[in-house]
Amino acid sequence: MALEVRIHQRLGAFDLQAEFAAAQGVTALFGPSGAGKSSIVRAVAGLSRPRQGRIVLAGRVLLDTDRGVFVPPQARRAVLMFQDARLFPHMTVEGNLLFGWRRARAKAGPDEIARVISLLGLEKLRQRMPRSLSGGEKSRVALGRALLAAPDILLLDEPLASLDAARKAEILPYLERLRSEQDIAMLYVSHAVEEVARLADSVVLIREGRVTGQGPVFDMLTGIHAGLPALGAVLEATMTGQRTDGLAELAFSGGIIAVSATPPTGARLRLRIAAEDILIAREQPQAISANNILPVIVSRIALVGELADVELLCGAARLVARITAASARRLELAAGARVYAIVKSVTVDRNAGPFP
Amino acid sequence: MILLDPAESEALLLSLRVAGVAVAVSLPFALAAALLLARGRFFGKGLLDGLVHLPLVLPPVATGFILLMLLGTRAGLGGFLFAHFGIRLVFRWTGAALASAILTFPFQVRAIRLVLEAQGLGLDEAARTLGAGWWDRLFSITLPLAMPGLIAGAITAFAAALGEFGAIITFVSNIPGETRTLPLAIYTALQTPGGEVEAARLSGLSIGMALIFMGLAQAVTRYALLRDV
Repeated sequence: MALEVRIHQRLGAFDLQAEFAAAQGVTALFGPSGAGKSSIVRAVAGLSRPRQGRIVLAGRVLLDTDRGVFVPPQARRAVLMFQDARLFPHMTVEGNLLFGWRRARAKAGPDEIARVISLLGLEKLRQRMPRSLSGGEKSRVALGRALLAAPDILLLDEPLASLDAARKAEILPYLERLRSEQDIAMLYVSHAVEEVARLADSVVLIREGRVTGQGPVFDMLTGIHAGLPALGAVLEATMTGQRTDGLAELAFSGGIIAVSATPPTGARLRLRIAAEDILIAREQPQAISANNILPVIVSRIALVGELADVELLCGAARLVARITAASARRLELAAGARVYAIVKSVTVDRNAGPFP
Repeated sequence: MILLDPAESEALLLSLRVAGVAVAVSLPFALAAALLLARGRFFGKGLLDGLVHLPLVLPPVATGFILLMLLGTRAGLGGFLFAHFGIRLVFRWTGAALASAILTFPFQVRAIRLVLEAQGLGLDEAARTLGAGWWDRLFSITLPLAMPGLIAGAITAFAAALGEFGAIITFVSNIPGETRTLPLAIYTALQTPGGEVEAARLSGLSIGMALIFMGLAQAVTRYALLRDV
């Protein structure tokens, strides 16, 4: 494990108790605002000092209250990228990028620096001052600055939350590339399910200062978890071939799914399906516009007011359909029922990379 | 100096030297006090705050008197310094500089503290997780960003030090060429029958100096404000 965390911290009336581990790749701390996610990454960074606990990063003990160990932030090699970027206003973009690099023990060579700069598309910004950058550019510089500091773990505290939708769409691909091209552990704090579904390898669910679940992103985000927005499915799929009708066939653990994309054969992709985009039919529908109709078994139904989240097993994969409670009654859905899932639309994320 | 007679230019140059040394000597201490007050959390912070501002409310004559009590050659501290290091401050321009430093200390602390508080701790935290230790952050982040406040505070303190009178005359007396700064020269002129014209000339000179340095302080502040937008 790259990171092991067990902390107990009291912040006013708020009581935070968290225990989890994170491997290489992206671990998302996922939960609603005010759940204590930011407090956890601040404790990992060393910016706060939990009353009790133990934090181990890459075999180094950073905190052990029983033995009085507290490594200061500057010696932790755990770089925190803040929501507001926090670029140094009196330095150029290049000065910012190299700030942590100059202080790093294992310095990246010129090739590696150039690679990070091009990975984040910062070539043309090097001599600019931070105040002249857009919000998205600032985020990219902050990300590059953190990477070049050669941390053992990159902590990202809601890095996209202060950006508008267009800026988010601008940054997300960079984060995806980072994930697939950089062998680094990342702890990614977010309350946005789309970001987590797109980026995370594993997910730690945080609620009211407690860890309520932990596991691979597929298990944690699909399926019915109390208090979480239902996500239809997050699937790992492999491109198997192009069909004559132009659609690409992707194999996943529940069978074959067809999407309109043209990835190279053998490419591994991440697919996301919104719970609202899955319909349920008792009998196999004929002559329907949807491209994907999967035979599934109902495993669980959770009523959420007028809505019903229906958990469906499709081979080894799990899907969640959000339908109205009235529809669930009319179809007489119950655990064990054999039905058909009609998938209206599938989002294909590129650069999904290997999953653990 | 073409327009000034030798005694006048002597008083002016002495004033500039006293004020310059006063500001230079007190700057590091003012920075330390401002850092403690803006960022420190410790017992007795209120006391330190009060102590720093004391010279603002205390009559300068009283400050001069206290300095004389402490640092006179026959006083405890002053006697010790004189006997062991040969340092003597009474009746010397260095004493005048010390008195000016103490009296203008609050101006510097306030100016630096304001920029430090506006700066906040966000960038400091970012620099910390990027591997920068305390002194490193002081010189790479805190000081460069606080520079406009430091300069504005120093200039204001310098201008105020040029006008110091009560503490200087009490502590180091009124010795031509040694401790007779501009204000003391004005006072001396007024004590001399028919010295009003001289006093007026010197006052005009003081006003000129004050305007120049206040203008400078304002220019620095305005530059800093524009820069940060």
